[in-house]
Amino acid sequence: MPGFVGRHPFWSLVIAVLAALLLWLVFAPWPPGLEQMLGRKRVFLNALFGGITLGALYFLVASGFTLIFGLMRNVNLAHGSLYLFGGYLGFEISEATGSWLLAFPVVFIVVGLLGLLLQHFVFRRMEGEELRQTMVTIGLSVVLADLMLWWWGGQSYTIFAPDWLSGPTTLPIISSVREGGEIVYLRYPAVRMAILVAAIVIGVGMWLLLNRTRVGMLIRAGVDDREMLAASGVRIQYVFLAVFAFGAGLAGIAGIVGGTFQSLSPGEDTRFLLASLVVVIVGGMGSIPGAAIGALVIGLSEQLGLVYAPTYSVVFTFLIMAAVLAFRPQGLLGRAR
Amino acid sequence: MAVFDTTEPQTAGAGADRAWWERIPAAWWALLALLVVLPAFANDFVLFQVMGWTFILGMIALSLMFLAGYGGMVSLIQMSVAALAGYMVAIFGTSGMAELSMGLPWWVYIPVAIVIAAIFGTIVGALAVRTEGIYTIMITLAIASAFFYFTRQNYAIFNGYSGFNLVVPPQLFGVDWRQPVPFYYLTGAMALVCYLAVIYVSRAPFGLVLQGIRDNPRRMAALGYNVTAHRIAAYTFASVIAALGGILLVWQNAQIAPGTAGIPAVIDILVIAVIGGIGRPIGPFIGALIYVLLRTFSPDVLTAIGFEGERFKLLVGLGFLALVFWSPDGVLGMWDRWRAGRARAGDPLTGKGGQ
Repeated sequence: MPGFVGRHPFWSLVIAVLAALLLWLVFAPWPPGLEQMLGRKRVFLNALFGGITLGALYFLVASGFTLIFGLMRNVNLAHGSLYLFGGYLGFEISEATGSWLLAFPVVFIVVGLLGLLLQHFVFRRMEGEELRQTMVTIGLSVVLADLMLWWWGGQSYTIFAPDWLSGPTTLPIISSVREGGEIVYLRYPAVRMAILVAAIVIGVGMWLLLNRTRVGMLIRAGVDDREMLAASGVRIQYVFLAVFAFGAGLAGIAGIVGGTFQSLSPGEDTRFLLASLVVVIVGGMGSIPGAAIGALVIGLSEQLGLVYAPTYSVVFTFLIMAAVLAFRPQGLLGRAR
Repeated sequence: MAVFDTTEPQTAGAGADRAWWERIPAAWWALLALLVVLPAFANDFVLFQVMGWTFILGMIALSLMFLAGYGGMVSLIQMSVAALAGYMVAIFGTSGMAELSMGLPWWVYIPVAIVIAAIFGTIVGALAVRTEGIYTIMITLAIASAFFYFTRQNYAIFNGYSGFNLVVPPQLFGVDWRQPVPFYYLTGAMALVCYLAVIYVSRAPFGLVLQGIRDNPRRMAALGYNVTAHRIAAYTFASVIAALGGILLVWQNAQIAPGTAGIPAVIDILVIAVIGGIGRPIGPFIGALIYVLLRTFSPDVLTAIGFEGERFKLLVGLGFLALVFWSPDGVLGMWDRWRAGRARAGDPLTGKGGQ
């Protein structure tokens, strides 16, 4: 971080000013002039938190995608199908057992096993053939989408959160000040806050795993130079299997999360595949912090765009992607190839 | 991706002194003659729904084949370019949405549609050529989906979810071009023109440079060619072909909506091009014919053997999966290997028995 400030004093200043402005917008009660310009503060805060929690969901989906791509150069365009399958499976489990929490480990294991099979039977046979991988995974996603449509039909499902997470929670953020001087704090759905916390925990955990453990060291070495790692005696296929299963499992539990605070229906698979594509293009391929930043940027732009410019919210996402491509083709935190 | 244009084993000198029509194998003339006389014995359904769709989807897939086969760039934006041209026809021409359509004459709106679609394709190409390989696929897929969501949300220009209906071809020369037989000849002729244009460009200096860039961009750059400019120009050329296909597509459907360029449709174009084979320009048309036949008749077949008719996507997906798994160069690749196998089957000494 000090290195960044030293190298880019101007951009550091801009980022610091923007961060300060954002903090002020969040925490300070808004003066009436600002409310006239931007509308109620509650609307802004809701959009902001909606964007952050949506970003958390995107991060869960995209981090698996970017991990798989970064290590193995495997292009898994069936990632969205894994997401949707995990969601449907989580719905069935939580309906059958009545336990929302139980769905997470089961889905993680089942979808992870599916990922193992994918890596072992599909990707291992076509290592390095990116185009063929793309085609095969597109074919797989078409087949999986139709199988899921066959089994679960075209209607949409919502997974219900358990009682202790339903209902709102009060955050220590001022939403508005009533005339009598009474301060109203922001109330926000508890389940979304739980998901946000869980995504942060998972993200930090992944970062620690990658940067502080022996397995993480193997993975990072594999990202840099696969052949040399294999030559130094590491059974790289096992590392590949483990990473693929982990990424797939993450997509699966992201499906439960998505099914809880949005809904599950045919078409969601491509939506989340595209979201993770955009996130990793913006953040940089193969970088976990990049995925986090990309997910946050895309989630925020979608939600704030929906509130302040409903017609063009998609265009914001696209413009961000185009700008990143035009000025930094490897992504914000990606390394030059 | 192997060498593409050497299907016929040519002996030295042969063909050089023959007229151009003698150099085209007889089988091609037979195919052309068959297509010309097809309306005499095929019913309207085959002409309009099967062959019309084959030509149109084949043209859009042909533009992808040009980029992928000769340029090495797999672009998923082609369907969006086609749909944009279709939208422009609806907006500048006439449609059921009188308040949004301008009602200009056909000799204005067709060129305008093609030019706008070509500009769009060129801009996307300029973004996409900054990246390579799988990144190109992802970026064009992301832009294609942005186009889909944008047309679905925008009511001021694209009329949002419902799109435009009653978009019909103009009544030219006293012919109703939407009748099956005239439409068949219209789409067939346009497909032939695009096919010949791709063949011509692939053998022109521009196409040869493009193929050189596909095989080794650094060497072509060292030779003094502007790699980026050639790639972007390839996008422009492919966009024009896709735009022509898109205009015919909107006339075929008589309507256009965001779903026309939805993600499934975008993927379908890739499926068509890959099923046929992206090695040669005829591949997309073969792929389109297979796809249209499957789409048209598989519900009946599936119902006949006791499945639900809606499962045709599953059939297409499984077939596509099997094909890319075992024959990544499509039906054309299978055909080439079969021919090579037959040629090898001959006696190596006498040369008899094989081809």
